[in-house]
Amino acid sequence: MTVTDTATRPGTSSRAADGVGASAARPDGVPKTDGSFIYSSDEHHDGSLWGVTLRSPHPRARIQRIDTSQAEGLDGVRCVLTQRDVPGSKIFGMMVYDQPVLAIDEVRYQGEPVAVVAATHPEIARRACQLIVVDYEDLVPNTDPEVSLTGQVDGLPEGGLARHVRIRHGDVASARAASDITVAGRYEMGTQDPAFLGPESGLAVPVGDGGVELYVSTQDLHRDQRQVADCLGLPLDKVRLVLSGVGGAFGGKEDLNVHIHACMLALRTGRPVRMVYNREESFFGHVHRHPAIADVELGATRSGQLVFTKVRLVLDGGAYTSTSQVVIANGCYFAAGAYHVANVEIDGFATYTNNPPCGAMRGFGAVQSCYAIESAMDRLAAALGMHPLELRMRNAIGEGDTLPTGQPVDGPAPVQEILAWLRDLPLPEQSDPGAEDMRARPGGVGNVTRGEGIRRGVGYALGMKAIGFSGGKDDTCTARVTVWIRGGEPVAEVYCAAPEIGQGIVTLEAQIARTELGVRTVELPDKDTGVAESGASSASRQSWMTAGAVVGACGLVRDEILARAAAALGRPAAEMVLDGAEIRDRGGWPLMPVAELLGPESVSHAYTYRHRPTEPVDPERGQGNAHVAFAYAAHRAVVDVDVELGLVRVVEMATAQDVGKAMNPVAVEGQIEGGTVQGLGLAVMEELQIDGGRIRNPSFTDYLIPTMLDVPPMPMKIFEFPHPDSPYGLNGVGEPPNLSSTPAILNALRDATGLELPRAPVRPSDLVSELLP
Amino acid sequence: MVDINFGRARPGGLLDLSRVEGLDSWELIDGGRTVRIGAGASFTRIIDELGSLCPALAQAARTVGSPQIRNRGTVAGNLATASPAGDAHPVLLACWAQVEVESAHAARLIDIDDFFVGPKRSALAPDELIRAVRIPAAAGPQQFAKIGPRNAMVIATASFALNLDVAGQRVGTGIGSAGPTPLRAQAAEQMLEEALADRWDAPEAELARPLGPAAREHSEQERANCPERPVSAANKSGNDSGADIPSRLSEGAARQFGALVAEAASPIDDVRGSAAYRRHALSVLARRTLNWALADLSEAERPVSGANKSGNPGGAAA
Ligand SMILES: Cc1cc2nc3c(=O)[nH]c(=O)nc-3n(C[C@H](O)[C@H](O)[C@H](O)COP(=O)(O)OP(=O)(O)OC[C@H]3O[C@@H](n4cnc5c(N)ncnc54)[C@H](O)[C@@H]3O)c2cc1C
Repeated sequence: MTVTDTATRPGTSSRAADGVGASAARPDGVPKTDGSFIYSSDEHHDGSLWGVTLRSPHPRARIQRIDTSQAEGLDGVRCVLTQRDVPGSKIFGMMVYDQPVLAIDEVRYQGEPVAVVAATHPEIARRACQLIVVDYEDLVPNTDPEVSLTGQVDGLPEGGLARHVRIRHGDVASARAASDITVAGRYEMGTQDPAFLGPESGLAVPVGDGGVELYVSTQDLHRDQRQVADCLGLPLDKVRLVLSGVGGAFGGKEDLNVHIHACMLALRTGRPVRMVYNREESFFGHVHRHPAIADVELGATRSGQLVFTKVRLVLDGGAYTSTSQVVIANGCYFAAGAYHVANVEIDGFATYTNNPPCGAMRGFGAVQSCYAIESAMDRLAAALGMHPLELRMRNAIGEGDTLPTGQPVDGPAPVQEILAWLRDLPLPEQSDPGAEDMRARPGGVGNVTRGEGIRRGVGYALGMKAIGFSGGKDDTCTARVTVWIRGGEPVAEVYCAAPEIGQGIVTLEAQIARTELGVRTVELPDKDTGVAESGASSASRQSWMTAGAVVGACGLVRDEILARAAAALGRPAAEMVLDGAEIRDRGGWPLMPVAELLGPESVSHAYTYRHRPTEPVDPERGQGNAHVAFAYAAHRAVVDVDVELGLVRVVEMATAQDVGKAMNPVAVEGQIEGGTVQGLGLAVMEELQIDGGRIRNPSFTDYLIPTMLDVPPMPMKIFEFPHPDSPYGLNGVGEPPNLSSTPAILNALRDATGLELPRAPVRPSDLVSELLP
Repeated sequence: MVDINFGRARPGGLLDLSRVEGLDSWELIDGGRTVRIGAGASFTRIIDELGSLCPALAQAARTVGSPQIRNRGTVAGNLATASPAGDAHPVLLACWAQVEVESAHAARLIDIDDFFVGPKRSALAPDELIRAVRIPAAAGPQQFAKIGPRNAMVIATASFALNLDVAGQRVGTGIGSAGPTPLRAQAAEQMLEEALADRWDAPEAELARPLGPAAREHSEQERANCPERPVSAANKSGNDSGADIPSRLSEGAARQFGALVAEAASPIDDVRGSAAYRRHALSVLARRTLNWALADLSEAERPVSGANKSGNPGGAAA
């Protein structure tokens, strides 16, 4: 992909144009808009076969027999594979290998892959799947996480308890006695789906040396590569992954989906194999956000000073752990919210059940705990008779405060500024709902009210989360930058495996090269496993880590070019600067064109960036300096509720967030809007309804995500308090706006209705519960 | 197409009706009293062209899917699917529509009340196609309202259509998404016909004309005259006389109408909502749409003033 200087105009300095801090256009923007962009579902290869997966219809069953003979006999079928055919490790996983590539003797969730088929046409492959005979002995599924956390359930790994996280700080028992007022509540959250539009898909191509190339959409090429190679029984260098177009991820493309299956089929048949899940299969093909049950107890003085926070958080991880062990940890780290409180007791449980597996999703556990603590803060404010924003400002965490994990908050913590902006923002006009276009009212185009029953509510919430991987992980990102001359002009190539998942990392890579080297043209080759790892596009870490790597590699390239210039010109390198096509002296006078200096040669350097080291927390009290950095955002939600019909129109969502440095302001706005809307969906409509381990609404007909008519105006304030440890002072952006959006809306709905609303998403029937028999 | 995409249907062949001449248009028949909508007429066309003649159908069409779906989808396809959630169905019931069907050897008219025979099952014989739908032109206020947990592009959790046929002195209703088939609320119709008995006698020329969307828009003042309160608030304030409702129906009667509509439904609990919620929502929709329709009637009774009062009698509006 070539990224040229679309915005460079004559007369402007090349250094400034579309560099860091500019809203440079995305290189993939036009192709994504006009349909020419290649998503992973578009990948094809002459003569490719189609792979289709047979999945378990049962949430829990014993497999007594699998007979593939009829399926194999169908015209056009090239092979049918079961767990026996997995060449290497028969299990894989994110943190630990615990999930079968294809079910072994039992199935533990509805939709678990049992067999895969390759055929000349997808329809033939699907029909072949129907011809595979699987004798199941149906077993009663374990679906209640409260039972699983006892760790005593027969038939579940570890008796059902995947991890118990304990955080103990101060002394809650004596703090309770010293509190003037305590409140307690239980808050539940249903299962959210990442609901990306681009389904799981990819193309596996066998290569001559017995290896395989996999074109796939993913959030982490190298972690995928390790798991795929292990399960294929191949060395890493025989498994090459190439990033294909990712149509959304949100955490749901960290776990493997088509990867191993497509490669197995390709290696067995010697033919390229395409796999594309359809929408229904996709709901079974990726992990979901953990459903949560949280009990929160808060104690405070009469003046509203928090004295203690006690949280019990249960996240159901479903059949396999995926990232549950760390999702629960992250949920617990921030379960006390962005508040300074001296006495904290947090217990978090990640469970196994026969529900669909849950794993990473934008916010990574902190969404659930933010929802719980922010709901509890409003309850406390009500009990104190204090404005909810005032209670938050009184207790907001600041630089130098200590977290429940014992880690001091370093880096900017401008929570007061964030909350003050929301406080001072005028409320949207309370226009007469009857006079407006019906699309602006609850119920939208349904024509259900002309103003009858409508009440307005306002709610606030504040969120905080760690940026980057926590708990002692040595996290790295490598980039290679190469500069050469083409047509008399220097061209920079940035080669980094950082997955572009829609967040715009490719835009940023080019912006950084322009700023660091002054070049106008930047080329971005395919992202693949040919360069060292970048780590996942997750944990709001990729801009930070990739920027560190690209800045570092650009620096090495620049140093070498200046050293060469020093040799050529006989002047000290320190007196010269590299400005795109020219070597200049410090006063800006041109000394030598780079083209002349390099001639046909290129300069290339790789750099591996590491963030500062962290440490794991201790298992007994959860104490330790586990985090790299923290980010903060807050929302004010304004809602109109039809209190007779239980329908909601979110009128406005205002966001204030600190991003350190807005590397690409339009991209930052997009992240804030997207995160806010995803939180809105979780507040009022998005829920995977699971009953007895079965998903009842695996379609976009019944798994509802917000449409443009559900999305309100979103005023925002982007603060730029530079982070001392990061490249350019930037901070992670993608997840924080997803945390506080949901509880802000819940609090606004509570404000409008006076109801407790202990569960998200809020359904229409919850809002009229008092009117129902 | 949906069934094909979900892998639930694998028909041996597909018949494309979209190029059949004349099927995508509509016409007035019966001396302008009936609108005959061709099987190929899209929802978009109905919205654009039938807002005055079939206001409730146009309103229902507005709530169907997205613009893309409305550009392609038809009432005939809606009918043949016979889903209890089909948005056209409550309106067709409320308007006493007839379905024109034809096979290779015969044609017949099916009364809408005989059309829906079970969940996703209709009276269509396997060899019959729908040629057109016949709907009496509006002869009084009509309303359609649809509930979904999202503000657009949503399958109805419950829907309701109301047709005050002033000329025929009849009340028509239709309930969607709250039973195995779309349903008529017969007792509610009867109750309302009786309650409105003396109103029907108002000068017919004035009342019987169709009311376009413009006429149904409320002015600020009318809303001020029509303060609807949520039940809970009304109960708390104990101030629910209904005396200022600008119709001769009391708030109590409107509530009774709502209750009868809710009673006529036989909803189930499913992923889209509970039976209890559906019943409750229907009672609210019925009451609200009735109040709007009555307000439209009052508006029609008032001396003509605005431009939107220059209504044409009968179906000549087109
Ligand atoms: C994204 C999406 C959103 C939708 N939203 C809504 C909604 O909000 N409300 C709603 O009511 N529906 C909705 N639908 C369903 C569908 O669009 C409507 O039911 C529409 O009315 C179907 O009309 P069609 O002409 O497209 O029929 P088709 O889809 O072409 O056909 C539907 C069925 O009717 C049969 N059929 C079609 N024409 C005839 C005929 N002339 N004679 C006999 N049989 C015929 C077909 O064989 C088929 O079985 C939605 C569909 C989609 C895909």
